[in-house]
Amino acid sequence: MVSAVFHDPLAATREDAAPAKPVARAPLPARPARPPFDWRALWMRVLPPVLGLALLVGVWGLLTQKGGSFPTPALTFDAALKLFADPFYRNGPNDQGIGWNILASLQRVGLGFGLAAAVGIPLGFVIGRFEFASRMVSPLISLLKPVSPLAWLPIGLLVFKSANPAAIWTIFICSIWPMVVNTAVGVQRVPADYLNVARVLKLSEWKVITRILLPAVLPYVLTGVRLSVGTAWLVIVAAEMLTGGVGIGFWVWDEWNNLNVQHIIIAIFVIGIVGLLLEWALIAVAKRFSFEEE
Amino acid sequence: MSQRAFIEVQNVEMRFNTRKGSFHALQQIELQVQRGEFITLIGHSGCGKSTLLNLIAGLLRPTSGVLLCDNREIAEPGPERAVVFQNHSLLPWLSCFDNVLLAVESVFGARELKRQLMQRTEDALELVGMGHAMFKRPHEISGGMKQRVGIARALAMEPKVLLMDEPFGALDALTRAHLQDELLKIVARTRSTVVMVTHDVDEAVLLSDRIVMMSNGPAASIGEIYAVDLPRPRERVALAEDARYVAARKAVIDFLYTRHRRVENAA
Repeated sequence: MVSAVFHDPLAATREDAAPAKPVARAPLPARPARPPFDWRALWMRVLPPVLGLALLVGVWGLLTQKGGSFPTPALTFDAALKLFADPFYRNGPNDQGIGWNILASLQRVGLGFGLAAAVGIPLGFVIGRFEFASRMVSPLISLLKPVSPLAWLPIGLLVFKSANPAAIWTIFICSIWPMVVNTAVGVQRVPADYLNVARVLKLSEWKVITRILLPAVLPYVLTGVRLSVGTAWLVIVAAEMLTGGVGIGFWVWDEWNNLNVQHIIIAIFVIGIVGLLLEWALIAVAKRFSFEEE
Repeated sequence: MSQRAFIEVQNVEMRFNTRKGSFHALQQIELQVQRGEFITLIGHSGCGKSTLLNLIAGLLRPTSGVLLCDNREIAEPGPERAVVFQNHSLLPWLSCFDNVLLAVESVFGARELKRQLMQRTEDALELVGMGHAMFKRPHEISGGMKQRVGIARALAMEPKVLLMDEPFGALDALTRAHLQDELLKIVARTRSTVVMVTHDVDEAVLLSDRIVMMSNGPAASIGEIYAVDLPRPRERVALAEDARYVAARKAVIDFLYTRHRRVENAA
């Protein structure tokens, strides 16, 4: 009697679960099917951000109405149209389209950041797993972490004798810390229960790493990666202003020397948007790989 | 029958070194568990019953004294003493099937084919009634179902001893009763030796052959051992009015609440 009562809900979920799966997977993220269209929700999602942007442009327009060196929104918009009409032109090394500049910066960030991940994540694992290493390296990290990334640039120039590797080096050194620290914290916070399970099951060290440590630490690693990419994108602009060459930071500086303020404002927007896209991409990756605790 | 018990706990003492100094958890623990016996450890919270279980599991080493399982000293944890953890401890990134398979692989992986390992995993999940949700992740199933998978993981290793640390403590009363009944059936079928920590008097009486009652900590020890004289299979509803059941229940309650009442806020 009693068990029959208890089995019923289980049986029910079993039947519910089977057809539910394909339905949940079917809609593509691009066009989610919403049978009764929720206008209110859409309104609340679209209206406030649009209003905020309009407010910014409005204030900007009001302040620049009387003229002066600061361009109006309309002038800037015209300049942007012209600029983005041909983003990939090349007139010698110091005059290239904005597309090339962005790509050059992204490439530097990618290289510096990739190297930092390759060194920082394993280092974080070692620090998290072995207390000796943690006590050895922690004071150094605490000392070096607050140093402004640009202070590392001269060291890079000295060692590599060239601007481009020096910029990559600067990205490397500033984006390594969040990954080291977060990975180490993640390893230290792996629940003791999971490690006890590993001990009872007598898992090999390899299985402990691949089946328990890596998945448990991955969300922390991704947080570190996200912070690092943000910092790297912040730093590249400053580094390129100093090193020159091709890149969005150099481009801003170059336009300042040309007193082309519209382009500087456009660059600020572009830098912001690219940073935002990087962040979004990594959040998407993090969501894909993080597990739900409870 | 050998003259030695299956599990022997001999004069075990446990001290923890904490930041505030040494904490004396257990002293003079003597316990013998026979093969196929169902033992529950009961006592107020903080009396060291989980510590004793972890000692038998090998997750902790005693400060002094000896623990033996099947005539061998317990030096480290191992699959022959499977543990069902209080909070199920399923790995959230693996499906129920993979959680159990991980255990099966570590015990039988060297000797058996992949197909046999999968069959073992499936059998274990069927045994606890989780065959229908094998490929769900732990966060997709209820607390009771998670605990079933935890039990399946332990049973799949074909352990000599099943160690359970308040396995049903976090469940609601109805689910708990249901799982207790299931556990009785499973243990009757597999003839497992079980050591279980609980703070639930009814659970202890219903399931155990002997109830080990522990005095309050610090420096807790075994206060009394009560042999539950009830035939198996046991039926929850019929037992409720059985005089022996009532007597057993009264003995445990008397020990816990009259003679070893917990001194609240002693510090």
